[in-house]
Amino acid sequence: MTVRELAEQLGAEVLVEGDLSREVKTGYAGDLLSWVMARLPESAVWMTVMGNLNAVAVCSLKDGACILLTEDAPLDENAKQRAEVEEIPVLRVTEGSYRTSLRVAALLGEMP
Amino acid sequence: MNTLTLRYEVPGDDFTRAGEASSDVKRKLKQLGYNPDAIRKVAIAMYEGEINMVIHAGGGEAVVDVDPKQVQIVLRDHGPGIPDVEKAMQEGWSTAPDNVRNLGFGAGMGLPNMKKYTDELRIDTKVGEGTTLFMKVYA
Repeated sequence: MTVRELAEQLGAEVLVEGDLSREVKTGYAGDLLSWVMARLPESAVWMTVMGNLNAVAVCSLKDGACILLTEDAPLDENAKQRAEVEEIPVLRVTEGSYRTSLRVAALLGEMP
Repeated sequence: MNTLTLRYEVPGDDFTRAGEASSDVKRKLKQLGYNPDAIRKVAIAMYEGEINMVIHAGGGEAVVDVDPKQVQIVLRDHGPGIPDVEKAMQEGWSTAPDNVRNLGFGAGMGLPNMKKYTDELRIDTKVGEGTTLFMKVYA
């Protein structure tokens, strides 16, 4: 599934387009950046409430597929600009990370 | 590929620029066609180091030596030093202030991540004088 398809299926707002054709292989949820830095899988959709510049750096360094902001978390202006430069898609949904993770897992065929 | 040396100034107290050096190293290693697994390790370890320098030490400098066999990263600061390195190496141990935690840092994973993602890690630190980290990632 591509980031574009994921966004459509979730009805997510697309804040930064970046590379929407990027393949999404799995998902990960978490807000502590160092923790995520150690564990975010490659090509994962990352569900978080952290919309700052450092979140963009973490996603970029770990080759995540996209950032999915949950609970309508804000995206900082400088983070938006960096995501555009790094071509990292940033999506946003109203639901929390727990429920969003369930929906993503169902879409990716990864329900436990 | 000959040896390539990259130097960066890591700014103090500026989280908006933390990560610039590691992003640049990652980009350059990709251009060189370096092993992707090694690139990932270098990027993570160096980013954590940069963040630490911003949080704790008021910035510093990074020198990265790349050769076909390994990447060596030296991070040097003139910050307060680490009083108890053993504790600092424990996952979850953190002395980061609240404003830093609000940014999503301070999980106490910085040095543990650096150890996990490097093949060699040496810490020279002296309280009141600063800290130098030597890290190596094999290709």
